[in-house]
Amino acid sequence: MTASLILQTASRIVKPLMLLFSIFLLFSGHNAPGGGFTGGLVAAAAFCLNAQAFSPAEARATLRFNPRSIVGAGLLGALASGLPGLLLGQPYLAGQWASVYIPLVGVVKAGTPLLFDLGVYFVVFGFAMMIFLGLMEEAHGA
Amino acid sequence: MNPMFLVILTPFIAAALAPWLQRRLPNRAGACLTLAPLAMTAYFTALIPAVAGGGDRRVALPWVPALNLEIAFRVDGLSLLFALLITAIGALVVLYTGAYLAGHPRLGRFYAALLLFMGAMTGTVLADNILLLFAFWELTGVASFLLIGFESARPKARAAALQALLVTGAGGLALLAGLLLVGEGLGTYRLSEIVLQGDAIRASAWYTPALLLLLAGAFTKSAQFPFQFWLPNAMEAPTPASAYLHSSTMVKAGVYLLARLSPAFGGSEAWYAALTAAGAATMLVSAYLATRQSTLKPMLAYTTLAALGAITAALGIGTEAAVKAAMVFLAAHALYKAALFLIAGVIDHEAGEKDAERLGGLARAMPITAAAAALAALSLAGAAPLFGFIGKEVLLEAALDAPRFAIPLAAAIVLSGAANVLVAFLIAWRCFSGDRPALPKTPREAPIAMLAGPVFLAALGLLFGLAPGLAASSLLAPAAASVAGEPVPVKLALWHGVTPALLLGALALALGALLYFFRKPWRTGAARLAPLEAWGPEAAYHHVHAGLLALAHWQTRVLQHGYLRYYVMAIVVFWIVVPGAAMLEVPGLFSSEKLLGEFRLHETGLAVVIALAALYTMIAKRRLAAVASLGVVGYGVAMIFVLYGAPDVAMTQFVVETLTVLLFVLVFYRLPEFAQYTGRATRLRDLAVAACGGGLMMLLALAAMDAAPDPAVAKFYAENSVPLAHGRNLVNVILVDYRALDTLGEITVLAVSALGVYGLLRLRMEKRKS
Repeated sequence: MTASLILQTASRIVKPLMLLFSIFLLFSGHNAPGGGFTGGLVAAAAFCLNAQAFSPAEARATLRFNPRSIVGAGLLGALASGLPGLLLGQPYLAGQWASVYIPLVGVVKAGTPLLFDLGVYFVVFGFAMMIFLGLMEEAHGA
Repeated sequence: MNPMFLVILTPFIAAALAPWLQRRLPNRAGACLTLAPLAMTAYFTALIPAVAGGGDRRVALPWVPALNLEIAFRVDGLSLLFALLITAIGALVVLYTGAYLAGHPRLGRFYAALLLFMGAMTGTVLADNILLLFAFWELTGVASFLLIGFESARPKARAAALQALLVTGAGGLALLAGLLLVGEGLGTYRLSEIVLQGDAIRASAWYTPALLLLLAGAFTKSAQFPFQFWLPNAMEAPTPASAYLHSSTMVKAGVYLLARLSPAFGGSEAWYAALTAAGAATMLVSAYLATRQSTLKPMLAYTTLAALGAITAALGIGTEAAVKAAMVFLAAHALYKAALFLIAGVIDHEAGEKDAERLGGLARAMPITAAAAALAALSLAGAAPLFGFIGKEVLLEAALDAPRFAIPLAAAIVLSGAANVLVAFLIAWRCFSGDRPALPKTPREAPIAMLAGPVFLAALGLLFGLAPGLAASSLLAPAAASVAGEPVPVKLALWHGVTPALLLGALALALGALLYFFRKPWRTGAARLAPLEAWGPEAAYHHVHAGLLALAHWQTRVLQHGYLRYYVMAIVVFWIVVPGAAMLEVPGLFSSEKLLGEFRLHETGLAVVIALAALYTMIAKRRLAAVASLGVVGYGVAMIFVLYGAPDVAMTQFVVETLTVLLFVLVFYRLPEFAQYTGRATRLRDLAVAACGGGLMMLLALAAMDAAPDPAVAKFYAENSVPLAHGRNLVNVILVDYRALDTLGEITVLAVSALGVYGLLRLRMEKRKS
């Protein structure tokens, strides 16, 4: 893939926006269209843009963590989000909610489904990154 | 938590800790780990008074009621006897291992496997639910596999481990079938209830098939004829494993099952005939094969087989005397056989030689070992005043009192007794007396950790021989009572008067001594019969094994041809045929009104765009054009979602489609352009298959629209979305709250498939590098 200055400049601006958007999708998913799946995919799209514009190695460096670990962490988080229900005597994955006060934002309802969604987000993100970066590196090596 | 659960969990916890412990305390791990089985022995010893009166201890925890599986354990006479043998001998073996395998790099894993086995075996004898018993039974097979194949670099060890696993595993499957027959037939899966319904079982229609299946399981595990061939091969295991598994505990699991099910299945003609025949055959075959050996461990393995045959035959006879004999002989055998195996290990460890004919004169260098060997060998030979003598006597008495086949059974016992005497001479007299030949290592007395086991066990053999009452009423009588289903008086004494049993025992001693003095010509003569083994059960095993592998190779060649197009075609054809045929069966699956209903202009336009893009994908000449039109199809589908009010799905589809197009571009960019490889006929065939597949998909979609799901579920979800789940986006709430378990499964699949893609990519990249 030849380097394109336009693509590189654009990606420098668009990538943070896309990442912000993906986090927005994640958190607003419970009350509006969105959620973990979409958020993870948009985040993956952001990094894929980065990898196309620059190189897969640079995308990996920006990512800092191994995509495999991200997938694992997401899966672990999703599994763990079911435990509070179990510890409180309810079935596994029963949703537990609590009101949390965040300064400058106000009272927010947070619960284990949000943690689960976060886990889903990371799994989807890591999954897409593994496949993309792997294929890109293989194509580059050809 | 009930202490019994804790006791049963102990060896598993110890097994999990063993590798770590071995790394931290290289020289002391064995002694530390011995504490686990010692604690278990103490617990079970404390239960002796309670059980001796005829009572039992039970615990039960429900687990999966729908499968009739519960965690239920019961300690009665029979299981207490076994549990004591398992834990006490286990403690000695763990201690022994620390010295025997000292310095071995994988000693931690050996401990873990040994302790895992101990836990599994204890679970087997204590289980009160037959499915739980089966689970532990199979676990002992797995642990045995790990132990036999411990020296995994040696092909013979691997082959022996596989053989043991396959033979006992196949028997295990039969056992499961038999247990299920019993459970379903009686309506209860509790062992303690099953053994009380003996008359109902014997009168039922499924008695014979269930009996045959259960016998298959028991005979494979206890290496009865014709499944005996795996046990001598299992001697590839390190000696502590052989001493523990293949002489005192695991092989006794089958015998335990037979004993446990005696009240339920015993007493019929079939039971009597099957067990006495198998037992006698095993005794004779293994006695003969034992006389041909001079290597220490195989000799002991064959005599173990003979002993198991004797116990099986006794259980088959089923009279009070026979049940008593089975229990006494079982205990005596466990004691002396474990001692002898450990001593064989000591000789191997100190002198470096495994063949008895090449050893000699070790008594001067290893006096304590010699003394223990002498006692254990006397017990093996059935000489007074050892416990083995009492065992042999009661066995002969039971055989002579048997209602049928008394003479053949007694003859078999005498002949196997003679072989035992030969082995006893070889291991005790030949190895320790006389002149010492040149040996690979200079023998010295073994360390205490290695001597503790043989000395303790041999001494117990002497103790119980001189004072059998110590064990009789407290241990052996309750065990016999569990087997017979009613109280059995067990009075043992060293001297019964000059009975036929005593004379036969003396005959066996004489024959054995004769055999010892003429063993060289005997072996030469027996060697001429060796070609007969090509017709034996072991040869059958090898043929079946090789045949199975050949079938697997052929089948893989046929089905995994490597052509992607045929894989895809196979999948598509399959789901054209199967769901298609199913749909034809159901009348009126879809109404034609939907097909000809009202369409708005933009919906029709979208459908036309998607169809045209799909068609163009098929006929495009350039790869990137095909990819682009595939992207159009994807975006079109996303637009359908938007038009019909599913914004979440639409967003996901848009992003997925973008990424997919990107992916395709990446992969296709460097590939050459499309080229025509196939002829017209092939392309028409592929078109037909594809068209049918697409048509089926259309029909499925139409049928799905007509299917009415239960409105109550949707109503519940919609009503409770805000109050209970705190979310207004019902789709997302369903995904992460109501049906979170399904989503968990989906993301697990994503993770696994990502790993698969990663693995394949790595494979290609590494192949390219080299």
